[in-house]
Amino acid sequence: MRKITFCDAIKEAIDQEMERDERVFVYGIGVPDQGIFGTTVGLQEKFGKDRCLDTPIAENTMVGFGLGAAINGLRPIHIHIRVDFLILAMDQLVNMVSAYSYMTGGTLKVPLVIRVVIGRGWGQGCQHSKSLQSLFAHIPGLKVVMPTTPRDAKGLLIAAIRDNNPVILIEHRWLYWQEGEVPQESFTVPLDEAHVLREGKDVTVVATSWMNVEALKAMEILARRGVNIEIVDARAIAPLNDEAIIQSVKKTGRCIVADNDWVHCGFSAEVAARVSEKCFGQLKYPVMRIGFAHTPCPTVRHLEDEFYPNAIEIIREVEKMLDLSPTDLSKEEFYSHNNHFKGPF
Amino acid sequence: MLSGGYQKITRPRKVKTLNTRNELNIGLYQRLYLARRCEEKIVALYHENDMRTPMHMSMGSEAIAAGVCHALKESDQIFGTYRSHAIYLAKTLDADGFFAEMYGKDTSRIKGKGGSMHLCFPQRGFMGASAVVGNPLPVAVGAAFANKVQKNNKIVAVFFGDGTTDAGQFWESVNVASLMKLPVLFICEDNELAVHSPKSTRRGYQSISNVISQLNCHVLEENTTDAEVIYNLVTKAIQSIRIAEKPCFITLKYYRYLQHVGIKEDFQIGYRSRAEFEEWYKIDPIKVQREKLHNLGLSEKDVAIIEKEIDTQIGRSIEKAKKAPFCGTDELYKGVFA
Repeated sequence: MRKITFCDAIKEAIDQEMERDERVFVYGIGVPDQGIFGTTVGLQEKFGKDRCLDTPIAENTMVGFGLGAAINGLRPIHIHIRVDFLILAMDQLVNMVSAYSYMTGGTLKVPLVIRVVIGRGWGQGCQHSKSLQSLFAHIPGLKVVMPTTPRDAKGLLIAAIRDNNPVILIEHRWLYWQEGEVPQESFTVPLDEAHVLREGKDVTVVATSWMNVEALKAMEILARRGVNIEIVDARAIAPLNDEAIIQSVKKTGRCIVADNDWVHCGFSAEVAARVSEKCFGQLKYPVMRIGFAHTPCPTVRHLEDEFYPNAIEIIREVEKMLDLSPTDLSKEEFYSHNNHFKGPF
Repeated sequence: MLSGGYQKITRPRKVKTLNTRNELNIGLYQRLYLARRCEEKIVALYHENDMRTPMHMSMGSEAIAAGVCHALKESDQIFGTYRSHAIYLAKTLDADGFFAEMYGKDTSRIKGKGGSMHLCFPQRGFMGASAVVGNPLPVAVGAAFANKVQKNNKIVAVFFGDGTTDAGQFWESVNVASLMKLPVLFICEDNELAVHSPKSTRRGYQSISNVISQLNCHVLEENTTDAEVIYNLVTKAIQSIRIAEKPCFITLKYYRYLQHVGIKEDFQIGYRSRAEFEEWYKIDPIKVQREKLHNLGLSEKDVAIIEKEIDTQIGRSIEKAKKAPFCGTDELYKGVFA
């Protein structure tokens, strides 16, 4: 099958949906000219200024604007180049967007997609580096998805656009350049299903977003000494359908949650609770969690590297669970600012 | 006569109309009287503790609700805040749905999930109300964008108090509507108060009209309790929105008769005086309009017929709401997602 990048998969999804349905439009700060890592390049030229628009720096108001357009017959896609900027819109998201359909007794529907970019960069510091999926997932009425593969990026985005509810699509910027097999034609991926990214039998690693890439690296290294981890890409954060996760842990009896976010009160806590409730008898080891250090994100490289979780932490956690001696990692190469994962998955 | 033919109340056949001005003023009076009498019923019945929702009463502001909503078409859309009884009733004329929701009954289309602060009737153009100051404005602006794109000629009016003009979303919304040339009426219902705080503690400028006039936005203001004056002003504003393709910001003064929230007077607190109320009550919008109907040649009997029809409707609506069942508890989990 054809291989394209995550970035092109996103762009293709928007392009195909805008072609298919003239109610779909895309907007946000810098969307037409800067092109959001290339994912919206050319849309204004193709679809015009009414369907691809720049906005004032007014995040809260522009999320409310999307709500108004959505209840009145359009299907907006609102893009924020950093999730940190979406925080300005918590009033609209939490008080209005998430609740509007419910508090109007279902008389109004809110087909609004919000794309947000997360991830690491060149010393992004504490206000350009957050992830925050659990913050949004905590709110009833919001759907939250985190695609990792290019195929999921396209399929989840198309499903989000066609869904009659608000959906937040969280995209890690290091994933934009990775390649994977993506069907050319339009298709959807369910907004409420985790899936097994790699099969294994010894330990289940439930991962989100970029942490799937780290888990793949850990898997490759551990496989050399005969340890097979199963990677479950959580993918749909809210609503959380834990079926694939529970099924996997029932098989392996061990679970690590590697979340691309802070641990405390995070998505990893939710997964750990569900696994503990539903796999209590089968667990051979307590559910362990890996995530960001519980600090704001520092800027300088060596502290930033310490802040973010990685494949090494996953490997060390697996070794502890299986009572193995530490693997020699001195000759391994891990992903960094200089060494992006290019795929394919 | 009320336009559009969708309302439950119509001009009583026995009342003769002499000309279009009479028709207009009867229609305005029906909206005024409906809003006032529904709230008087709330005041009378609230002690029974069956309407379990915080009441932010509209009393005193009815001329704005009636004047603006009568100038709008059925298909035009409005948004409001927690204080939206009068605009809901003036726009939808839906006493049945209003009381069904006040009592939180299964017969309400929103099934008690909204209450007094979140009324909604999109089919009649009432698109929702919010209890957070400022946040309906962006939604109204986005709705107007959708109307413009869909070329359906609908006007959106968003109602808010002068306290809202302190909020960031107010300024952002007026800017976006001005920038994008959207058909929005910003209706500032100015009662001088944000809860109990006067403008002097909230504003670092003298005149909101002067400030907003710097944007690409029509600016109007009026200090009246005469619904017809407001109707004429808004009719002109709608024309100017269509001709000049830009939004309109209108400040309309009124006096809030009751507490910020609740069904009682609050002159004993001391932030305002009864004397002030009494001055305003001399020009109470319902009284003003009733006198006008007489001046236009309607007899006391004619007016009484109009009033009786509305009172009968309200009585029926309350009776139906009281008798209606509550929804099942399974309704709690329904409708989180569409």
